[in-house]
Amino acid sequence: MYDIEYFYQASDVQDAVRALQEKEGAQIISGGTDVLIKVREGKMAGASLVSIHGLKELTGIRMEEDGTIVIGPGSSFSAVHEDPIVREHLQMLSEAVNQVGSPQIRNMGTIGGNVCNGVTSADSASSLWAYNAVLELTGPDGVRRVPIREFYTGPGKTVRVRCEVLTAIRISRENYEGYFGKYIKYGKRNAMEIATLGCACLVRLSQDKTKLEDIRIAYGVAAPTPMRCLQAESSLAGREVLPSLADEIVPLVLEEIHPRDSWRASKAFRIQIAGEMIRRAFRAAAGRAGARGFDQEGSVQTC
Amino acid sequence: MLKIINMTVNGKERQLAVDERESLADTLRSRLGLTSVKRGCEAGECGACTVLVDGKTVDSCIYLTMWADGRHVMTVEGLTGPNGELSPVQQAFIDEAAVQCGFCTPGIIMSAVELIGTGKKYTRDQLRVLISGHLCRCTGYENILNALEKVAGINS
Repeated sequence: MYDIEYFYQASDVQDAVRALQEKEGAQIISGGTDVLIKVREGKMAGASLVSIHGLKELTGIRMEEDGTIVIGPGSSFSAVHEDPIVREHLQMLSEAVNQVGSPQIRNMGTIGGNVCNGVTSADSASSLWAYNAVLELTGPDGVRRVPIREFYTGPGKTVRVRCEVLTAIRISRENYEGYFGKYIKYGKRNAMEIATLGCACLVRLSQDKTKLEDIRIAYGVAAPTPMRCLQAESSLAGREVLPSLADEIVPLVLEEIHPRDSWRASKAFRIQIAGEMIRRAFRAAAGRAGARGFDQEGSVQTC
Repeated sequence: MLKIINMTVNGKERQLAVDERESLADTLRSRLGLTSVKRGCEAGECGACTVLVDGKTVDSCIYLTMWADGRHVMTVEGLTGPNGELSPVQQAFIDEAAVQCGFCTPGIIMSAVELIGTGKKYTRDQLRVLISGHLCRCTGYENILNALEKVAGINS
């Protein structure tokens, strides 16, 4: 039996918001793969929970008329991974969510929970940052849309207030069309692992595939929150796509990341693999985008 | 507080009064006597409690029973034929000596049932990935993979 003081299964989002307002201190539970573990460990013992598990309006993935892809935050990782729209347009995200935990965890855990947890190691977070996702929050005062770059405020902290529910993850057409990417997760095991470091690289090349029109570099566990290397990105935009560019990116990203020592890995180790990971992720992304001199798979070995 | 829920368990409709704080593993074991569902790590890591909910594998130790209201749940007990016959995947586990202590077996069998249900055929490496949510401390996994290859491998 879980040490839960109060439990309410909401019937829809409005009902959830109302329940959160009524019960002081109540937290949202969705897939449960993090919250129930915390309850069991004692960190959230005696919790008051409002469940949004299985709410139909929070699941499903669709494309709007203007090409914006809308991901229901209640979609499980496996639903996101298998979705044909995500596979076709957001390949990097499809691959990233398939690296979470285990098959069972991916059937249970939700992409919205992964984001709202606010943890830097979330496998979906660096990809969503690279795609400039916009997060739609529904609360007592209505709906607001927050760009992902403004969402994270610290380790486990986001701008979402307690009574708000994440109701959509939106990615607009100009943020995925023509982009190719690769997410690499480094962990000590291939499954049931929390990322020691995660690196996502997304590129868009010129029509003739020789110039880097845009590059986006995002990391997990390289700072207290998921992050982008915006200075490196702007100094690389417009450059010719050559295999040697992979080495030039490394010192640029190392200027911007701030990994720390933890029991999983030392700061020095994270800095070392951060360089190698962007090198490989960039090669793979450029290869997928069709740049000459790059392998289609960028000779990337699974870390 | 007890709540009434309806769920189909191994093909039978059941109406149950359950505590909101109960995990599905607890309900299946304690209220329905389905002890193939093992309590292992109770943190979603070992896979010993794996059951199917609407055809998808879940770790029933970190799944609240309330969420199974209106859904179909399947455990190893539901695989038995009308005269007690074993399913092909269970038989393959016996033939390949894929069982030692047996604690992880029911969970892995349910993952196998899910992947057989896709109708796809898998390589040994893909099968490794697909059972990565299970820990087995006896077999070293080789005989388990032999059994899985027999029922869902590319040459099966």
